[in-house]
Amino acid sequence: MYSHGSESLINQAREIQEPELQRFHSRLVKLLQGKELGHEAVDSLQRLHIILSATKYTRTLPPELQGSLQSLLASPAEQFQVLSSAVLRETLPLSGQEGNYTQENFIQLNNHAAALVLSQAGSRADLSSLCAQLLRSLESRQSDGPAASLTHTLPILNTVLTHSPDCLTEDHVTLMSKKLVDWLRYASITQGGGAPSGGFFTGTRSRQPVPIAELDGTVSGDFFTVLCVGQSFTEDQWMNVYSFSMLRHWLITYRSVSNGNTTADTANRLQLSLSLSLSHSFSNDDRSEVDGSVVSMVSATSSSSRLLPPKERLREKAFQYCQRLIEQSDRKAHKKTDTDLQKACLVEAVCILDSVCGEDAALVFRAFPCIKALFGRLSSDLSFARVLLPIAQFYLNHGEMAAVDCESVWNLVFGRFPAELFDHQFLAHEFLRFIRLNLESLQLRVPQYSRSFPNLLKFLAWNSPAVVDDFVDLLPSLVTAGTAVELLHTLLDLPCLSATLVLQVRSTCLPISEPGGRGLLSLDAFRSQSFRGLFLFLLRGEAGSGDTIDRLSTLHEMLTETADWPRVVQCAQTVPVLLHIFFNTVIAIADQKLLAHLVQVMLERSSLLLNIPKYNKEIHRVFSRHLLLLCKLHPSLVVDQSHELLEFAGTTANVYSKEEIYTHVVWVLGEYLSGSCDSRCSVMLITSCFETLEAVLFEITSSAPPPGADCPVPRVVTSLMSALAKLASRSHDLIPRVSLFLSKLRTVTRGGPVAWCSDEEDLVAIVTRGEELWSLLKAPGVAQSVLTPPQPVTTPQWHGDTNVAMPLQLRALTNLTHSQ
Amino acid sequence: MVRCFLIHTVCPVAALGPGESRVLYSRVFGPDEGLGSDRNRELSPEERRVLQKEKIMVVARQVRGAASLSREASGRPPVEAVPGEEALALQEADGGAERLRAGDPFPEETSALWLAVQSLGFTLVCEPHENLLLAEGTLRNLTRHCLETLHMLGPGSEVLLRSHRVDALLSRLLPHGQLLFLNHRFAHSLEKEAAAYAAK
Repeated sequence: MYSHGSESLINQAREIQEPELQRFHSRLVKLLQGKELGHEAVDSLQRLHIILSATKYTRTLPPELQGSLQSLLASPAEQFQVLSSAVLRETLPLSGQEGNYTQENFIQLNNHAAALVLSQAGSRADLSSLCAQLLRSLESRQSDGPAASLTHTLPILNTVLTHSPDCLTEDHVTLMSKKLVDWLRYASITQGGGAPSGGFFTGTRSRQPVPIAELDGTVSGDFFTVLCVGQSFTEDQWMNVYSFSMLRHWLITYRSVSNGNTTADTANRLQLSLSLSLSHSFSNDDRSEVDGSVVSMVSATSSSSRLLPPKERLREKAFQYCQRLIEQSDRKAHKKTDTDLQKACLVEAVCILDSVCGEDAALVFRAFPCIKALFGRLSSDLSFARVLLPIAQFYLNHGEMAAVDCESVWNLVFGRFPAELFDHQFLAHEFLRFIRLNLESLQLRVPQYSRSFPNLLKFLAWNSPAVVDDFVDLLPSLVTAGTAVELLHTLLDLPCLSATLVLQVRSTCLPISEPGGRGLLSLDAFRSQSFRGLFLFLLRGEAGSGDTIDRLSTLHEMLTETADWPRVVQCAQTVPVLLHIFFNTVIAIADQKLLAHLVQVMLERSSLLLNIPKYNKEIHRVFSRHLLLLCKLHPSLVVDQSHELLEFAGTTANVYSKEEIYTHVVWVLGEYLSGSCDSRCSVMLITSCFETLEAVLFEITSSAPPPGADCPVPRVVTSLMSALAKLASRSHDLIPRVSLFLSKLRTVTRGGPVAWCSDEEDLVAIVTRGEELWSLLKAPGVAQSVLTPPQPVTTPQWHGDTNVAMPLQLRALTNLTHSQ
Repeated sequence: MVRCFLIHTVCPVAALGPGESRVLYSRVFGPDEGLGSDRNRELSPEERRVLQKEKIMVVARQVRGAASLSREASGRPPVEAVPGEEALALQEADGGAERLRAGDPFPEETSALWLAVQSLGFTLVCEPHENLLLAEGTLRNLTRHCLETLHMLGPGSEVLLRSHRVDALLSRLLPHGQLLFLNHRFAHSLEKEAAAYAAK
């Protein structure tokens, strides 16, 4: 595969010196001037290509070499066409030669030269001129013209369309619509001419036209499509393939939404749709008379379509083509590649039908029976999942108009797909894209969407790196007031879901008991009856059956060994980001009660997480940040949840295991537990909070940390001290107690190193803070305004305040002094 | 429309940094995608080319990252297929689809479909409304042809030395970036032409 050889080739190409390169160029020019160009020329050109493409910086070629290469573009040998086109694409056109081919001779270029011209097109004007030439050649084309040049017209046109749809004028569009109709609907239904197969017994017999066949071998009974086969193909059958390949793009680019502008129009259209379902006569267009003997359900209804203008006629023919494809896809193809093609054709057909129904609403009633039948046929077979997605899109776009019940579609899409196909990479990509593009529509029309997050998150749990980007966009839509708490629990347990999905996949692959092997503890637990309920909860499809389970810690224990599985680790890395998005979204829609509940969940779950290295720390960090934000927005939350917060703050073990959250809890208690934030805050509450925090502070500063734990982080100690000082400043009876503690602290630390602080500098910082607080508390009134400043002070607007802004002051002074 | 087709490394390369990828073959279809934009007009053709090359490298890096994470997660031991076992190598290949956001690196959102066979990745960057099922099938087909025509399962460096064969293959199976609905007869006809080209 990739080897040192390739690496050294690239290095050589990059480091080739100028003189050597010049010699190579002149050698090549001489070579190309020769009459017969052989292997040496091919190799040299290839090497030139490597030299040019090995670096991103452009190398220029000497003019004569460039000239030789350009003339080589028209070489009869395809190899030289390919190579010269490739080489010229890697370099810049000679100045003054840009647009060399756009004038007259584009249509005579071979495919590779055309690719070069396209890649060098510098502006929309260039593309317009290319386009005009192409279409002129199509228009004036003689039937015995050169066959090769026509087939790639359509791909080139499609490229032009992609970059600059306005290149085609109205006339061009009309011309192309007519041509496309011819190729799509009226291609020959006999196999391509070709030479007679030879052999002894073939004579005039072999020249009789053989009809095309379907993929299952039966003789085809209707017009030619991409799902028809033959020994060889005529040119218009090739054009049929190229036309269909670009049809969807064409229809989307030149769509015109008809909303029945005039009553005559609407009447006409209605009459057409009625007559289309009744009449049997055939359109007497040029080509179709030849096919007069062929009858089928689809073409029988094509009678009055010749009355339609070209664009609408193309739409009608596209409609029929798609219906035929859907019909043909029901046949059992002999080869696997054909079966795959049938699926791709189904996807394309449904998408085209969706698009034309969007343009002309009258078509919805014709299309729906077909789509509905297709859904019925495919819904039980999950191998057609990727076809069912465009069908779901069709239902979403047109279901309401047709007043069709879509429930079974959504049950399939949001129920079975994520639950059973979470490990199909390509489906996941398309599924999530479908949701992203239709987010508003889904939230409006599919009530079960926002409840289906346990299912949707399975895609994320299985393959986080590939889909986390999509979930960053989708998560806000899944956050609703009713399910927010359950969603929070689900997000925190995503790594557990990941592990469970791996176990689920393994348990279907591995035998029940591995002979002599170490059975996975988690796999045994997954299979055992007693723990089934826990795993089933994680694997549930819809929200609403409960926020979380009681025996969560048991579950975590059983999954301990999964904490280093790559999938689980990758999943754990995405959770913090999603939590940030969750909290940012929920703050906007939550009421006080919900926010209080969320605070409780945060405190509870901070110790109840799957033990993956760094996961706990990351989650704690997210929690701390959002606890802070929540309390800042709604300070009365602190008084509301004071019981829970105090319980957390009073547990000394939390100082050692969860110092990030602990610090923040202590901080919010100190900051917001005051009468000015919430009138329910009583002196008793302040005192009990004080006592709780004081007890913890005593404990951690009087003895060494418990065995196995590090010394408490200095920030915890200082936060506790600050919080106590703040509380004391609000209830002055407590001041003596704080002052006493702080002076004791100073005395103790003067005596040398202490057991609870290992770093000299940290100790100094703690003591300094203690001294500052102690001196501040000597003046209680000042302490109160410093430690708990009133609102206007903390949000100064010196520049915005009209009374104090400097420019205004200056202006006032100037006016006063100059007006005299 | 397919924007581009790449063949690049998905294994660590000694000369490059950890997440980097060496692009062995790249083919961009059509004119420069910033054709109409004002910013593009300010750039010289040289700068435009550098920009395009850098965009290709961004795609290659993204796919390299995706492929290595996917392989790590699946935990399957790498399959060492030898020349002649192309079908097996393809079957065992990891594959996936990456979403490339608008602006990163192409102006509109695109999808990068990839297949990783041993140390190389084959990537097709498609426009969003493209038929991805067809694109996936086309990618598999192209990969199989590349593996066979260029003897990629062997130790040689034919990707670089025979890139014109890939060009010829693409000009038939993916002309100017157009995905084609080819049943086995049409495909057979085109593949015969490509094989005839390679035989010369």
